[in-house]
Amino acid sequence: MKPILDISTKYMGLHLKTPLVVSANPLSEKLDNILKMEDAGAGAVVLFSLFEEQIRQDNIQLEKVLKATSNSFAEAADFFPDMDEYAVNTDQYLEIIRKAKERVDIPIIASLNGITPEGWTEYALDIERAGADALEVNVYFIPADLRITGDEVEKRYLDILRLLRKTVKLPIAIKLNPYFSSLGHFASQLSSEGADALVIFNRFYQPDFDIDHLTVLPNLEFSHPAEIRLPLLWIAILYGKLPLSLAATTGVHGAKELIKYILAGADVGMIASALYRHGIPWIKDILDDLKWYMQEMGFSSLQAFRGSMSQQHISDPTAYERSNYIKILESKKLR
Amino acid sequence: MEKKNQHVVTVDGNEAAVYVAYRVNEVCAIYPITPSSTMAELADEWSAKGITNIWGNIPEVIEMQSEGGAAGTVHGALQTGSLTTTFTASQGLMLMLPNMYKIAGELTSAVFHVAARALSAQGLSIFGDHQDVMAARTTGFAMLAAASVQEAHDMALISQAITLIARVPFIHFFDGFRTSHEVNKIHLLSDDQIKAMVNDDLVFEHRKRALNPDRPFIRGTAQNPDVYFQGRETVNSFYDHIPALLYYEMQKFYTLTGRKYAPVTYHGDPDAEQIIVIMGSGSETAIETSDFLRKCGEKTGVLQITLYRPFPTEDLLKAIPATVRSIAVLDRTKEAGATGEPMYQDVVISFAEGLSKGLINKIPKIIGGRYGLASKEFTPAMVKAVFDELKSATPKNHFTIGILDDVTFTSLQFDPYFTLDESEWTQALFFGLGADGTVGANKNTIKIIGENTDLYAQGYFVYDSKKSGAKTVSHLRFGKNPIKAPYLISSADFIACHQFNFLEQEDMLKYAKPASTFLLNSPWDKNEIWDKLPLEVQKKIISRKIKLYVINATEVARITGMTGRINTIMQTCFFALSGVLPPDEAIQQIKKAIEKTYFKKGRKIIDQNFKAVDMTLENLFQVDVPLQTNAKASIDRKIPDYAPEFVRNVTQMMISGKGDDIPVSALPIDGEYPSGTTKWEKRNISDRIAVWESDLCIQCGNCSFVCPHSVIRSKFYHKDYLDDAPASFKSASINARGFPETKYSLQVYLEDCTGCNLCYEVCPATDPLDRSRKAIHLDEKEGRLDAERNNIQYFELLPENSRPAVNFSTVHGVQFLQPLFEFSGACAGCGETPYIKVLTQLFGDRLLVANATGCSSIYGGNLPTTPWTKNAAGKGPAWSNSLFEDNAEFGLGMRLTADKQLSMAHQLLKRLEPQLGESFVRDLIESSQLQESEIAEQRLRVDQLKLALQKMNSSDANHLLSVADQLVKRSVWLIGGDGWAYDIGSGGLDHALASGRNINVLVLDTEVYSNTGGQMSKATPTAASAKFAAAGKRVGKKDLAMQAISYGNVYVAQVAMGANPQQTLLAMREAEAYNGPSLILAYSHCIAHGIDMEKGLDQQNKAVMSGYWPLIRYNPVLRKNNKNPFVLDSPKPSMPFRDYAYNELRYKVLTQTQPKEAEKLIQLAQEIVDLRWKTYVEMAGFGASSFQPVL
Repeated sequence: MKPILDISTKYMGLHLKTPLVVSANPLSEKLDNILKMEDAGAGAVVLFSLFEEQIRQDNIQLEKVLKATSNSFAEAADFFPDMDEYAVNTDQYLEIIRKAKERVDIPIIASLNGITPEGWTEYALDIERAGADALEVNVYFIPADLRITGDEVEKRYLDILRLLRKTVKLPIAIKLNPYFSSLGHFASQLSSEGADALVIFNRFYQPDFDIDHLTVLPNLEFSHPAEIRLPLLWIAILYGKLPLSLAATTGVHGAKELIKYILAGADVGMIASALYRHGIPWIKDILDDLKWYMQEMGFSSLQAFRGSMSQQHISDPTAYERSNYIKILESKKLR
Repeated sequence: MEKKNQHVVTVDGNEAAVYVAYRVNEVCAIYPITPSSTMAELADEWSAKGITNIWGNIPEVIEMQSEGGAAGTVHGALQTGSLTTTFTASQGLMLMLPNMYKIAGELTSAVFHVAARALSAQGLSIFGDHQDVMAARTTGFAMLAAASVQEAHDMALISQAITLIARVPFIHFFDGFRTSHEVNKIHLLSDDQIKAMVNDDLVFEHRKRALNPDRPFIRGTAQNPDVYFQGRETVNSFYDHIPALLYYEMQKFYTLTGRKYAPVTYHGDPDAEQIIVIMGSGSETAIETSDFLRKCGEKTGVLQITLYRPFPTEDLLKAIPATVRSIAVLDRTKEAGATGEPMYQDVVISFAEGLSKGLINKIPKIIGGRYGLASKEFTPAMVKAVFDELKSATPKNHFTIGILDDVTFTSLQFDPYFTLDESEWTQALFFGLGADGTVGANKNTIKIIGENTDLYAQGYFVYDSKKSGAKTVSHLRFGKNPIKAPYLISSADFIACHQFNFLEQEDMLKYAKPASTFLLNSPWDKNEIWDKLPLEVQKKIISRKIKLYVINATEVARITGMTGRINTIMQTCFFALSGVLPPDEAIQQIKKAIEKTYFKKGRKIIDQNFKAVDMTLENLFQVDVPLQTNAKASIDRKIPDYAPEFVRNVTQMMISGKGDDIPVSALPIDGEYPSGTTKWEKRNISDRIAVWESDLCIQCGNCSFVCPHSVIRSKFYHKDYLDDAPASFKSASINARGFPETKYSLQVYLEDCTGCNLCYEVCPATDPLDRSRKAIHLDEKEGRLDAERNNIQYFELLPENSRPAVNFSTVHGVQFLQPLFEFSGACAGCGETPYIKVLTQLFGDRLLVANATGCSSIYGGNLPTTPWTKNAAGKGPAWSNSLFEDNAEFGLGMRLTADKQLSMAHQLLKRLEPQLGESFVRDLIESSQLQESEIAEQRLRVDQLKLALQKMNSSDANHLLSVADQLVKRSVWLIGGDGWAYDIGSGGLDHALASGRNINVLVLDTEVYSNTGGQMSKATPTAASAKFAAAGKRVGKKDLAMQAISYGNVYVAQVAMGANPQQTLLAMREAEAYNGPSLILAYSHCIAHGIDMEKGLDQQNKAVMSGYWPLIRYNPVLRKNNKNPFVLDSPKPSMPFRDYAYNELRYKVLTQTQPKEAEKLIQLAQEIVDLRWKTYVEMAGFGASSFQPVL
């Protein structure tokens, strides 16, 4: 008889049947896909992101077009059918939350993507009312303006978090990028402002160039397993030091990466690119492999090995610090 | 007395009428036409929202392909028992006439609601008069005239009630624009009141009379001489009873509502001596003026005609006091050659009959006059002039009032300064830009005041005729009593100028009352502003003691994140300064309105608007007005002295807003106007203009090719010309080897540039060191004007490049051909005009254009100035617009003349061969005219021929001289939009293409009725929303290309300049070269697509890249040469349809309102795109024999 393996986990207070969560991506725009994700064993689904700019842009564009075309000519007071019913796409988003909550048992985590504290409150409240189990906030901000200081960037995150914390009771996860001068300190600030989880790390859009036409190519490529190193490092460092959950995102293409993240201390691993490559049922394959690994290793639950490779728990904590880097360099020297 | 507790709303006349019409009908079949379109649109909108009629069912609304189609559908629906209506005007009503005879002849209960409008005669006019309804007075329809917004509401119901009783169909009409577009406060009829007027038993009777296979009969027989006549007389008694029945119904209406009407109503002195008989909105002006004159001791009165057909002779005779000595009958129409206008004749005959029947014992003096054609102002001053004329011993008959007729001297003089007592009104004028939201804000102000206070409010909005940089003037009145003043404000308590530069163009303070308020949106603050005002403005501010206020609304808008949207700010200023409402209450109401408008658009927008309102008062300042003027500038819109005389004397008047003062003698007698007048109207509508960087430019010609306003011109010339050039004149060495002494210049006509940015978007030449800098880009106009005016003058002195020397086959070459279509008033960034411009560059000097009514006829032919122009030799496109529906036939007629006169010329040449010489005649008849050089040679030969003929002085020579121009090949083009080609003109187009004649058709396909405001056409694609397809078009777009290809001998091309300009060029040249019918379908991006117009060309490209708009050419010449005539020029689709479509509001709107439906439709649209692409690919691979052979 096989031993009973418990792969359930807790993520920002939510009970998840499995540690594999689908991260925000357009697949979740369709309810059918969310159903398939649950069937395949996803522990939770982070819905596709509702972009602040999109909300604002749609409104601005609508206003701009309507204004430019209304009451300008004697023959045509306007050019479009009545727009009374035109609502920003939050309505659609909320509808998906509602429907998903009706049809699936796994937690549904809404995702807001923006860069300013303005105008979020109402959407977060709507999301809560629509029945989402939690909220993931992705402050996707590239400080391309050279006058912006590191403090200001951090303040931006903290302001948004404070505002949302005041507004909703939902658990809030903050999705981070790795480019902070002192990530640990910043993470602890987020924790004290009430963040329930950190999602590590966001993948920034990194454009490429077309050297023949001298243009910027707006590509967004899928992640690769090799990209897990940086998140792995920081999860291992942060594990056990802050009263919040850790989610590892980027590079989960198979059980191997998921296991590594759990070993580092992640409560959940997040997946998206691999689902585009292999399809949604791939979740089940990964979870099967996870179970197989646990069985092989004799781990009866995730708890049994979570964080066992974190900075706190390894025998040589400096392995995650500068001295280890020197050791590596030394080892690479030509002999 | 009006009943208390009635629901009060502020609406325009169209809405007032359709509110009732919708509730008492089951079917509406319509076709959009100004100024009635709003009625149909509202009906469609309500139907889409599920609003029910008084019987609880949702009326069926259908848009047809023409008014003829609408009338046919109405007829069919009526014959089968539906309560059916339609809404129309002008030429639309003309197209309904045939059916109207049928509907009336069959005694069918129905009401047609008409926003009465002028008919196209010497020119088209969209404005109001009674020419259309008067042309329908013989149809057998009864006619009921409403004189105000309230009456348009009430008569809509009364006409419905009476038509069911009398069985005679009714035209219910009101004045186009003056009533249809005037916003006024009215008492809304409740459903209970409506039900009380419309008897269900009569509805059942109507249904019982319907065609029904369960109790069959036939209607619509063909009748012989034995019975037709008698049959026609069977209906008489039904007409005889109408006045009495109507009187009864109006009494019933009075009991229900407290509003009293009668078939004819007399207002005035019971012992009046002079009266005016009039109908429509002019009645209000006449009545108010008569009342005023009576207070001054005059014995005047006005007889308002409400029932015009059947003419209520007895009611009229009874209503007119016996004391009346003279009567003026005012007709808002013109019937050339008649003994008088229709209502004048009716009144004269009524009196004559009355006398002969003994109903009266004498006939007063009766004169008839015309007034108010095409919304010509009809003011109290004009009414007074008519009353004054009636007092004269020999009053002028067949007079006109409101114009100066110095040819046949029909006009009466009037005192333009005469006004009524206007003290009980607050009158306000607002000068704004179409795009700055002024009109919208004013409509909102009227709603706030009209619906939230006891005050009455009236609004009327005047637009200029340009589509880019259009000016609007809002006329608003507020008062304690109902406002009956259907004429413009000439004396205002409050004037607001929302755009500072207007001050330099127009003396708006001539409308300012003494001690009135002038609000100015100004970039200058209260201390700087005085010095910046033109002299005339300073003078009037001082002499009239005008209170001047300034606000930098543009800056307040910017600070509050509402860049460019100054409407809310200026509206707040109005409330703060006008005192119409207490300021706090006003601000509260404005905020309430903002919340109502934007509540679905998110808190952010609401907060921005609130912030703008709050910041307004902090930034509004009164200016301390000095006692002296110190202006450095005057209002100046002077046209240069070297402009043609007509332009200086007539066009100039129109441009400067003084067109009403132009006398009859100054105007052309037959609608002929000079070509090329836009160049004299430097509109300077954009602060940002295109600027050329000669060092970066690769001289590709793309910018000039796509420029919708022809403001980018290029020339090459010998370098010696630069010796005299102004220092700031830019040039570069020509980008071609072997011409070291040739220079190239690209000149931007900055005063005509609209700042649309298409040139920047299409420019491929980017600075390698600064990727944001291109060879052409937008920059501030400030500081460039003087230098560039000199440069333009110099550029024009450079010789035009010789046409034979230019390579017509490349975009690069075409830039050197002079456009003969320039500076049109089309929208900034228009997607249509670049095609027209290129057409004129290629064939302009021998071009004949038949232009269907629509956007292209408006920007192409709307006065005061028009863009079709001529070259230095005086040659250029000859352009005309006939109607909307007949353009293909009209253009075909032009071809027939060209062919006929050419054959006459050939015949005469043969006859004159002995005198002219055999080889000369042979050359004239047989020389090829395919190349530009060959055409130039033929022109020389024709010039020689004319010289020779002038010396002959024989009949044959004179005949040949009169048609000799035809010996140079004519290029006949039929231009129009998709509304014409796919819908109303479809049958004619089909026939013209099938004729085999050498016509070229250019369809500027915006896929929607652009000119009348975005109604669906059969070119509207699947999944797009449009008016009458609010839930997304479910049917596929008609493949007009394939339809034409099916004839085999029609050259067909589908082009999109933004995707492949070279293919556009090739298609135009092939079409012209093909000696048979040609059809070019040109993708034209449009404001009605809901796009950022700067990205219009990019959208064109996406349309092609997604496979939605495949570029094709079908050339019968190839088939003749045994080759596949079908050429697919598009690359394989490389993006999904949705990636193209969802950049446009017309598609995207549905994803918000009905996401599921949107998804379904977008998938359907993709399938259609895929299928069409597959079909085209297959066709492109066929052998020649798969296509129809050509002789």
